[in-house]
Amino acid sequence: MRWACLLLPHLALDGLLRDVADATLPTVLIDGPTQRRVLRDVSPEAGALGLRPGQSLSTAQALAGTLRILIHDPQQESRQRDLLAAWAYGFSSQVAVFGRHALLVEVEGSRALFGTWQALQARWRDELGAMGFRHRLALAPHPLAARVLAGIEDGAVSDDLAALHARLHALPITRIGLPASIAQSMIRMGLRTLGQARALPRASLARRFSPKLLAHLDALYGERDLPLNLYRPPDRFEARIELGFEVESSQALLFPLRRLTADLALYLVARDGGVQGFQLLLEHEGHPASCIRVGLLAPERDPARLFELARGRLERAELPAPVRALALQADDLPPFVPERRDLFSARPQQSSSWDALRERLRARLGEDAVHTLAAPADHRPERATHSAIEPAAASPAGFNSPPRPAWLLHPPKLLPDTLPQVLAGPERIESGWWDGQDIRRDYYRVRTRDGQYAWAFHPHDGDGRLLLHGWFA
Amino acid sequence: MGAVHAWPVQRAANDAVLDAGASEAGLDGLLDGRRLWKGRSSHADPSAHPTGHEALDAALPGGGWPGSALSEILHAGEGVGEIRLVWPALARLSQAGERIVLIAPPHRPFAPAWQAAGIVLERLHVVNAANARDALWAAEQCLRSGSCGAVLCWPQRADDRALRRLQVAAESGQTLALAWRDMATARNPSPAALRVAVDAAPSALRVIKCRGGIPSARPIPFTAH
Repeated sequence: MRWACLLLPHLALDGLLRDVADATLPTVLIDGPTQRRVLRDVSPEAGALGLRPGQSLSTAQALAGTLRILIHDPQQESRQRDLLAAWAYGFSSQVAVFGRHALLVEVEGSRALFGTWQALQARWRDELGAMGFRHRLALAPHPLAARVLAGIEDGAVSDDLAALHARLHALPITRIGLPASIAQSMIRMGLRTLGQARALPRASLARRFSPKLLAHLDALYGERDLPLNLYRPPDRFEARIELGFEVESSQALLFPLRRLTADLALYLVARDGGVQGFQLLLEHEGHPASCIRVGLLAPERDPARLFELARGRLERAELPAPVRALALQADDLPPFVPERRDLFSARPQQSSSWDALRERLRARLGEDAVHTLAAPADHRPERATHSAIEPAAASPAGFNSPPRPAWLLHPPKLLPDTLPQVLAGPERIESGWWDGQDIRRDYYRVRTRDGQYAWAFHPHDGDGRLLLHGWFA
Repeated sequence: MGAVHAWPVQRAANDAVLDAGASEAGLDGLLDGRRLWKGRSSHADPSAHPTGHEALDAALPGGGWPGSALSEILHAGEGVGEIRLVWPALARLSQAGERIVLIAPPHRPFAPAWQAAGIVLERLHVVNAANARDALWAAEQCLRSGSCGAVLCWPQRADDRALRRLQVAAESGQTLALAWRDMATARNPSPAALRVAVDAAPSALRVIKCRGGIPSARPIPFTAH
């Protein structure tokens, strides 16, 4: 097994910066009680102005003229972490969140899919850069070693155990992820490097320090497994962006919307699923949130397509008040079937089969909305067409009768034209005496003044006027 | 129209070699007017379905109903041969095992007549819809699914947007879409790839619009019976 560690030293700030349109403005992330705000993290632009984490907010404001101040939100940070875990889940089935801002990913298993670590690393760096997360990567045979190496050197690779052990031996004792109290007492004992600590007998280490130390060292050298909580993707997607100010035009909502749909697409790829419908919640001050539903005909997961669909609905929506926050929720996540293309077939054949289509039609239009036709051998026009839900066996060829109309009117109505041109007829149809539905009619093929061809009849007991029964359409 | 196209014929014949550049526009006109027979036609659309009426096939750029597009049939009243016009194509499709779906037809189809026209009844499905909106939805679903050979619909009060959706659905599902509409809508533009008007008296067909060529104004004789 080879474990990659993805370390995100600026996770909270980078996550917040993704939501703002202009990321180049010097930005600081603050923390602490209202009376004494302390800088938790600074953007590179703010760092260039001399701002450092740990300074007080008033110092920062004195050093920098214009400053964007964002407040640290642990929930937002954990959402970003989950998003990245979902993203990493697209590369490996073993993904664990480790600590506050590290992800451990097993990459050996998916080597056949994604290529060597060099190729995978380049891809990760591209994708993380596009998402706007500053990151450090390292690769080692054990998860904890990868985590420690990522903290020491970005891009560190220790492929085999001998090289890893040599490297670990030289590490200062303060940099191997031990609690500060243990590290301090070891330094006071004169143990400066990990190699010196490993050279001591285990029994004495176990007596002097808490059992955690030995467990940690063993996990670091791969002699004991590190217990990890492996990430499992959730069954629904939900993401929310607090805008921080009131937005009145839908144009200004497009940037956060693009972010939300891109995150949704990312999540769907990791799940290998698609989305059939999702909803956008627009939160207002003093009004209930407006909900915009976006439905799709077929499961989809292309970010550009999802964005265009959501944008189309958003632009047409009428909002009662300015928007303060935007959320995207997706519950309907069916499996995604990529469009299958046959090499030679002209049509993308049966992407949804007839049965599925018929089910969908019946679900919306009613149980008996879809039916087939059959032509029973009956001379009575009303009984010569039979509709059935299931296709009947092949109908026998009909009678050798004169031409029949394409449409049958039900019930027959009075022919509006009183003096039509008779083309053929009369044809007497007299049948049905045995089942009480007997008819006795004289049918004519007629042509009306307007050039329409009709099938009309004189009922035997009628008043002499022609009744229209069908159109030779 | 005829007069407009008369001059390129002569000009192209006389100056084809000397004045190749200038006669290029004339050549396009000739091709679009389909007055010139070409040994290897680049226009023939392999997915087109022959209409079964030779004169109409000759007037259409693809040589038939465009295979993955919406075609409109415009008619003033019922019983002028508007259904009969498509029967040969439907018969061929159904005999090839393709499904034919009628979405909310205006009347009951009289099965013996459809059968007599050569259509395999087992391949013919009728979808009832309560209102025009449902009918459009059903038509779009059927077209998009790609599991039907032909979808027949009657969008009476459909706006441009609805028709465009049908056209796009026909393209993406690569399905023959046929829509019957009132003659009065002939004046309005339509996204359909082909528009054929059925005249009652005298009985004739007119191609109003055909994608991939300039429709000829000459009526095509059509015997409704």
